[in-house]
Amino acid sequence: MTSTTSGTSTLDPGQKTRTNGRKSTNTTGDKVVGGISHSVLTIWSIIVVLPLLWTILSSFKNNTEIFASPFSLPSRWSFDNYANAWTTAGIGSYFFNTIIVVFGALILTMTFGSMTAYVLARFQFPGSRALYYAMLAGLTFPVFLAIVPLFFVLQGFGLLNTLFGLIITYAAFAYPFTVFFLFAFFKSLSNSISEAAAIDGAGEWRTFFQVMLPMAKPGLATVAILNFVGLWNQFLLPVALNTDPDKYVLTQGMARFASQAGYSVDFGALFAAVVITVIPVFVVYLVFQRQLQGSVSQGTNK
Amino acid sequence: MTSVDAPTGQPGGGKSTAARRFRRRDLNVDTISFLAVFLVVPVVVYIIFVVSPFIQAMYFSLTDWSGFTATMNFIGVDNYVKLFQDDTFMKAVSNSVTLAVVLPIVTLGIALVFATLVTVGGPSHGAIRGLRNSSLYRVISFFPYVIPAIVIGLIWQQVYDPNTGILNGLLRAVGLEQFKAFAWLGEIKTAMPAVMFVIVWGLIGFYMVLFIAAIKGVPAEIYEAARIDGAGRFRTAISVTIPIIRDTIQTSYIYMGILALDAFVYMAALESGGGPANSTLVISQQLFTTAFTKGQFGYASAMGVVLAIVTMLFALIVFTVNRLTGGKNEVSE
Repeated sequence: MTSTTSGTSTLDPGQKTRTNGRKSTNTTGDKVVGGISHSVLTIWSIIVVLPLLWTILSSFKNNTEIFASPFSLPSRWSFDNYANAWTTAGIGSYFFNTIIVVFGALILTMTFGSMTAYVLARFQFPGSRALYYAMLAGLTFPVFLAIVPLFFVLQGFGLLNTLFGLIITYAAFAYPFTVFFLFAFFKSLSNSISEAAAIDGAGEWRTFFQVMLPMAKPGLATVAILNFVGLWNQFLLPVALNTDPDKYVLTQGMARFASQAGYSVDFGALFAAVVITVIPVFVVYLVFQRQLQGSVSQGTNK
Repeated sequence: MTSVDAPTGQPGGGKSTAARRFRRRDLNVDTISFLAVFLVVPVVVYIIFVVSPFIQAMYFSLTDWSGFTATMNFIGVDNYVKLFQDDTFMKAVSNSVTLAVVLPIVTLGIALVFATLVTVGGPSHGAIRGLRNSSLYRVISFFPYVIPAIVIGLIWQQVYDPNTGILNGLLRAVGLEQFKAFAWLGEIKTAMPAVMFVIVWGLIGFYMVLFIAAIKGVPAEIYEAARIDGAGRFRTAISVTIPIIRDTIQTSYIYMGILALDAFVYMAALESGGGPANSTLVISQQLFTTAFTKGQFGYASAMGVVLAIVTMLFALIVFTVNRLTGGKNEVSE
């Protein structure tokens, strides 16, 4: 369709006409390519949405209906499955545990992360480079390597099987990511601002809380959202470090619910539990969707 | 290979004479208390809960510790020798490596194509733009990323269910009766591809959004110039888009590789027993069982070290390949 010889020559009138000529002849080509592109993307969207819709549909069916046919509509629309999942399967208590752990860890890691990122971005001191590499190691090393000793570290502090132990572990493992992301952000805030604050007589504490932190809001919001999703979905840490069923978080509760009863699983309630687990993150995503799209690339640019 | 003993150079708040923007006269109570709280506290927590476990794991891997006895014997590299003679573990390594080879290229390849379509895939005349309704595709594709991986696994476990699953339901509906009770996750031939598909399904959207952001950062003039030079869509993607966003691609490739080498959550939901004839057993799964079910913490730590080394090698290969190909694909401007 197009010639591969790249015309490095300057744009002379003759070439312009050629371009114009192609413009009209290519319209059918455009239509074909556009059509194919739309079909591919539409098919993918269906593949994404179909299992989700099917999950929602199934969450209203009882076991007999689920076994009868994957497509049939429920005979009556009721929230019985949701009630069962919430109380009988304990999803309700998992839900509250998750809220406590995720928000506790989120506050902790955002506080620590922003403080460290700010100090690293603004001051240079002996060991700052070593610290940077320690963060990098924490970011790239598989959590699996740490999981066994971590079990005993928590045991040593008496934090095994406690929500606080989970909070501090979650926060510690989200910390390097938070620092990396915010480091770039604080670095981009001009130094002259903090100098101006210093001249105006603000100490380090005041400069941070009253000047720098408010300015870093967009960056903080993005990291907080990414951390929220990441922490909400955390699975390995609770499975290894939190073995008391009363303190289960949603993700491990879901895994237990799905496996515990083998064939006698209440499938309707399982589907309902899935929906309950997904809804909060979904809402956060839809509300902050725009915020996220814009700045996702910032964090990975180095 | 990076080592983790770097953090021993713990920053002391008070001894910063050599620093550039940080002179002796700055050291008053305000600054010192600020640094103590802002740097020392978080870093100490980080060292206790993240760095020290990594270092301890490396030591444990050289012992025969069971995890429940008070004593442990230093046995050198015996665990590692044993690992390489352990057929189950070697099977897990080869499965993990397969995931690390296949998943990034498939996921990122598709994500890149989709991202290109929605950003610059529009008509070849007029302003450079994507397809119509492209933001709808973007938002929908991102959906799976916000679903916890374990839940993704559970959903697909139901989708793949031989009798009640929607996949076999659809196949039967179009007349393919051989799929009446086909166990996608129970057959050696299909188990691994089925699991891979689920991971790809879950992550395409995230990388698509990442690439879209990167492509939007490219000035439209560059695409216009390419068009005037007569480059078609394919040529533009290969010679313009990929070279310009290659840093993002490299970062994504490493993220995706780390995730593929882990894959624990997906496996825990879909193939908790390692799959038919261990066909989907991965290192992380084997490590977890060895440590917490069999109580061989020393041996499990050795597996963790092998996993870390494989991860580092993966990152190293990606960096090297990127550097080797970097020179000639550069856009000449």
